[in-house]
Amino acid sequence: MSKYYIFQDVKRCIGCFSCESHCKTKNNLPIGPRFCQIIPVGPKQVKNLPRMANIFIPCFHCENPWCVSACPTGAMQKRPKDGIVFVDQMLCVGCKSCITACPWGTPQWNPETGTAVKCDYCMDRVDQGLKPACVTKCVTQCLHFGEASAKTKTTRERFARAIAEL
Amino acid sequence: MKESVFSICGMCGVRCPIRVEVKDGIVKWIEGNPNDLAMAGRLCAKGSAGLAMEYDYERPHHPLIRKGKRGEGEWEKASWDEALDYITGKLKPIIDEFGGKAVALSDRSGPFRDIHRSFLKAIGSPNYFNHDCTCGRNVQHASISLFGSGRKTFNYDYKRCKHLVLFGRNVFESLKVKAANTIMELLDRGGKLTYIDVRASNTAMKATRFWMVRPGTDYALNLGIIHTVLRDNLYDAEFVNRWVVGLRELESFVTPYTPEWASQETGVSSKEIIEFTHEVAQDKPAVIFHPGWMKARYLNSFYSSRTAYILNALMGSFEAPGGLFFQKGPGDVGKNGLKVLLDSIPKPKDKRVDGCGWKYKHFESGPGLLHLLYPAILSEDPYPVKAYIVFRHDPLLSLPDAEAQKNALDKLDLIVAIDSNYSETGWYADVLLPSATYLEKSSILRTEKGLKPRFGMRRQAIEPRNEAKPDWWIFKQLAERLGVGEYFKFEGMEDFWKFQLEGTDVTLADFDEKGFVSLADEPIWWDRMTDLKFKTPSKKIEFVSSLLEENGIPSFKPYESPKKPESGSFRLAFGRCPVHTHGQTQNNPVLHEIMPENTLWINTEEAERMGISDGDRVVVTSSNGGHSGTIHAKVTEFIHPEVVFMVHGFGRKIPWQTRGYNKGLGDYRFETGLLNVYDPAGGANALLECFVKVKKAD
Repeated sequence: MSKYYIFQDVKRCIGCFSCESHCKTKNNLPIGPRFCQIIPVGPKQVKNLPRMANIFIPCFHCENPWCVSACPTGAMQKRPKDGIVFVDQMLCVGCKSCITACPWGTPQWNPETGTAVKCDYCMDRVDQGLKPACVTKCVTQCLHFGEASAKTKTTRERFARAIAEL
Repeated sequence: MKESVFSICGMCGVRCPIRVEVKDGIVKWIEGNPNDLAMAGRLCAKGSAGLAMEYDYERPHHPLIRKGKRGEGEWEKASWDEALDYITGKLKPIIDEFGGKAVALSDRSGPFRDIHRSFLKAIGSPNYFNHDCTCGRNVQHASISLFGSGRKTFNYDYKRCKHLVLFGRNVFESLKVKAANTIMELLDRGGKLTYIDVRASNTAMKATRFWMVRPGTDYALNLGIIHTVLRDNLYDAEFVNRWVVGLRELESFVTPYTPEWASQETGVSSKEIIEFTHEVAQDKPAVIFHPGWMKARYLNSFYSSRTAYILNALMGSFEAPGGLFFQKGPGDVGKNGLKVLLDSIPKPKDKRVDGCGWKYKHFESGPGLLHLLYPAILSEDPYPVKAYIVFRHDPLLSLPDAEAQKNALDKLDLIVAIDSNYSETGWYADVLLPSATYLEKSSILRTEKGLKPRFGMRRQAIEPRNEAKPDWWIFKQLAERLGVGEYFKFEGMEDFWKFQLEGTDVTLADFDEKGFVSLADEPIWWDRMTDLKFKTPSKKIEFVSSLLEENGIPSFKPYESPKKPESGSFRLAFGRCPVHTHGQTQNNPVLHEIMPENTLWINTEEAERMGISDGDRVVVTSSNGGHSGTIHAKVTEFIHPEVVFMVHGFGRKIPWQTRGYNKGLGDYRFETGLLNVYDPAGGANALLECFVKVKKAD
């Protein structure tokens, strides 16, 4: 697993799809490939109130990525320094093995280039000390980029605020 | 070369502060202006999709002059000189024969209007209109009737609010980035959010209380709540005694409107209404009853907005932290405001053609009421109108009954559309002028009122693509060709900015650091018991409104129950989603991909009765049978059985917009016979007085 992680604070997510638009425009993608996607689930009646889940699905940047193992040309790679999984567009021949292999539907087909493309956590931004586009511009700042421990911290902080009698 | 430009977004009417990154003349990145801590990089889907809009081929490239019949789509490319000469060649004889008043202009309102309003005033026309008859007019007039000034007098302190009450104000889909965040903070703090609507929108998904009411009964609900507040003595007596005129009259008016009665109308139990009222009163004055924004809905929407405002007054929430605060301007912090070109031009001698301000004195004359232009064109009463300039506005898509509108428009000698996108109205025009996008032009400086007033700047990031020109250039050209160029001497926006800043202690260089200039270091709060500035004749909050009463409009209107649909018929409601701006973005490549078409929400039990399953194609037909179309059904228990709903703006008919063309259905096409159906007190169109028939498609 890459050392990075995007944590979606679902309580703050309003299902505005801005992350998708930030991603598409940052990566200059044509209609078709979506590096991240919000999948709305619901609504359902929960404790007498309508509730909906908007699930954010980027690439998980696995420790042992199915897509990397499946790639016959070495285009799909895991970056040694931080574990970000990305496609070297020069090496991709468009065989789609990664699309078949990934259990999460992450690699996408770019009809304009005839290659596989995928979320690389905007690694050009990460290398400049910035965050991925989806996180940087998230309307309610429900997306957090950082190391996996960030999630536990956010969750604990919220729980603390909820039980504090102040 | 890479550069960073602070500017103002133009993808919707919220106009958020942005930062634009440009490399070698190409926009690479747009984010919320990080210098504005309430933005801090945040941007909505539409904001980022500004990039996709900018580089989309399917928008106007050069001036076009119509060749075939209106709306046929036969166009001829023209140079700017040809197009402008064509326009002024038509305008001159109209102005000579009928006067400047025979030219009307409408826009989408906002802070960047000075130059085109000045153009209209300079040629002697009082007939400026904006889109607000299909938006906030009822709220505006409700505010004027109570406080003597419009709805933008106030803003909402969501950050400290303890209980926010929203009547269909869908804050998480009709997005304002800053407000959505502060409301999230309210919820994070454990604040309450009561949401009332005919369906469970995304805002309902976050609410702490959701009431699905019968359509058109907000007013009944408010009357029941006011009844409870007064009966149980839950109001802020000190505030009300100091600031309110007409409490006794209100009390006597609401006597019959008990919570039990309101329950019958709305479907919300009287027990819940009473519990809610006591709960909200406990949190006063840090409570907000949002008076609404787009309330061009029902025949009584003026009164539902007015009673929401009244509830704020009863809760004493004006100028209280967590309530409604007065937006302060430069004058309130001892500074001079921006200079206005419009002030230097003599007022046209003629009255408005729509009667606003003279025949209808309770309707503000400023932007008038666009729906009243159509009957005036047809009747030529009080005088003829012969030309209409539509500037980044699309009445055929926003006002009801396009066919009725076209019937009036066909009497005009000239229709000019100025827009950076194709619009249904532009497609029906005689001349279509491509205006530069918000990324391609600078706009006039704006005043941003608030607790800390500011001046803001939209600065050009890139050169216009193709042959688009900034709107200020277009109107300056037209003015010069019509012999009123004396008012438009400025060379460009920088020149105009210098004029605007004359007399202020702000210079252009002051905008470089952040993109805006703050006029106060600390938030300004007035003393809510001594310093509130109500502009009514009594200088108080007029529950009994002198303005309304003088014009024969009741301050409190006896409640009339909204019409119930006949069997197989439904009231058609429409609204927003978070990825599209009204009818402007359906063809945007990125936004289209996220939401390519709309669906028809229909109540589960009603659908079952009609044999409709989720995802089925259904046929929707207007009440007069004149328009019909098919759409996928979204069968849900989260919509009231009397109503069906679709997201606004789809069903587009401009073939040059290949992505949005014919996708989904347009609510506006079903609003037959409603062009001149409006709230007589508030003036706004009653767009939801629309009934449609629904059946499963064969």
